[in-house]
Amino acid sequence: MLYKKSLLELSELLEKKEVTSVEIAESLIKRINDSDNNINSYITKCGDELISAARESDARRSSGKQLSEFDGIPVAVKDNINTRGIRTTCASKMLENFIPPFSATSFEKLQAKGILLCGKTNMDEFAMGSSTENSYFGPTLNPHDTERVPGGSSGGSAASVASFMAPVSLGSDTGGSIRQPAAFCGVVGIKPTYGRVSRYGLVAFASSLDQIGTFGRTVKDTSKTLEIISGYDRKDSTSINMEVDFKTENLNGDIKGTVIGVPEEYFQGISGEIKDKIEGKIRDLEGAGAVIKPISLKFTEYAIPIYYLIATAEASSNLARYDGVRYGYRSPSSTDLSSLYNKSRSEGFGKEVKRRIILGTYSLSSGYYDAYYLKALKGRTLIIEDFRKAFSEVDAIITPVTTTTAFKLGEMISDPLQMYMSDILTISANLAGIPALSVPAGKDSAGLPIGLQIMGNHFQEEKILNIAEYIERNCEDMSVSF
Amino acid sequence: MRIDENQVLKVSKLARLELSQEDKMEFSTQLNDIIEYVEKINELPTDSVSPADHIVDLKNVVREDAVGKSLGFDEIELNAPSFENSHFVVPKIIE
Repeated sequence: MLYKKSLLELSELLEKKEVTSVEIAESLIKRINDSDNNINSYITKCGDELISAARESDARRSSGKQLSEFDGIPVAVKDNINTRGIRTTCASKMLENFIPPFSATSFEKLQAKGILLCGKTNMDEFAMGSSTENSYFGPTLNPHDTERVPGGSSGGSAASVASFMAPVSLGSDTGGSIRQPAAFCGVVGIKPTYGRVSRYGLVAFASSLDQIGTFGRTVKDTSKTLEIISGYDRKDSTSINMEVDFKTENLNGDIKGTVIGVPEEYFQGISGEIKDKIEGKIRDLEGAGAVIKPISLKFTEYAIPIYYLIATAEASSNLARYDGVRYGYRSPSSTDLSSLYNKSRSEGFGKEVKRRIILGTYSLSSGYYDAYYLKALKGRTLIIEDFRKAFSEVDAIITPVTTTTAFKLGEMISDPLQMYMSDILTISANLAGIPALSVPAGKDSAGLPIGLQIMGNHFQEEKILNIAEYIERNCEDMSVSF
Repeated sequence: MRIDENQVLKVSKLARLELSQEDKMEFSTQLNDIIEYVEKINELPTDSVSPADHIVDLKNVVREDAVGKSLGFDEIELNAPSFENSHFVVPKIIE
């Protein structure tokens, strides 16, 4: 059952020549064919392309020319990350047939290590959503309970890893889109510091908040994949020019002396079972030598309004490029240029995307700009200062990831405001640009996964990953039953 | 009402979106709820606060003004809805 192996295990087997890349690829393809009909985690599956790429990898290895110890391992990539020659749809009718002529830097970095693509994963259209129900290709289902959502927007990336259809995957996180699905699906997911991973080739939603990150079934797999895709890229003007200074090899789960902040605001209005579970884990950490410190992040309740004003304003501008002229969907019923724009956009975008474009256009429009957008940017400064103050006293902050475990399909789809409010615990990290991750903490009484969030100061990925390593070593098995 | 159907119509025109009657009604109710909710930011003490720009210190990036590789016409044509003689084709603009 090669498909059940982790990235690091597969690497070891390949290095020892105990398996071939073709064997791994065949095992994963069979698993995907057997299981993805029920889960719908992939929009595009790279069956034949994967096998021929695996053959090339095996040839490299047998002539001693492997590109890295990970050469020949297939991974999944969210369908808003451009992959040259492989359809990249953003789960939108707008880009249903878009074949990118270039690759995102993050994907090129995987390829430079010989890592292969097993498919492009499902998501909320243009990464707008928290349940993967806003996909033109139908929703992804939660592998722990198929009546429930996997979270979103990177629902396919989380579900594919949780159900052994990929060892690791790439996702993107604008307001929690990696951490929330990781929590709902019982896997590890990290959003790094803003600027750590190049956004070049990531289809833009809200540029000042978007970050590419990684999913894995183990902390070390997640960390290693992030290590590979991190680093300066001159093609992204917000990329940070510094060494990749966190090392997966350093993760030992030793948290003695680590000062952990616990913000009271993040424990209000959440389900009792989640609260109990996270508080239990905090006591465990204290028992293992961590120093627990109550803190306050007093502007937390304003994070959602600030976020949704900034994110939709940026989205309305970023999505102006889809006009039916150069690429993407063009309405067949247009009569003049103006109707070509209007009809292509109206027929190509789904409801949630339209709702957000309208909200963003409204808050940026003349007469409203100061009251909404500018005020939100000032509020963002307050959130940043909140964290700056907190990190002068603590090494990391621990909170729940979500207020509930995975909710049922359709439960929130007609109430967008309620859906937005479900992001309350994750969006502040995006506003402040700090690294944050979700690591499984156990299950609730219904058997649904609960995630624990660890946030760190800028560039402190190693610190939060090491705390996650401790949590993982002391957590029950989170594997799906099929 | 913070935003009524007429305003939704006006803003959707600015955003180059045509909404069905049903969407217009649904959106104006939902957007009204959302806008009412986000107005919570008015409570924030921001008189002496400057708007956030970049979170991490960034320097402007410049590059040599050198000719590099760019996409060929065939690659552009592959994704273009309508493309002829190295041009994107759109409905007639000038009568």
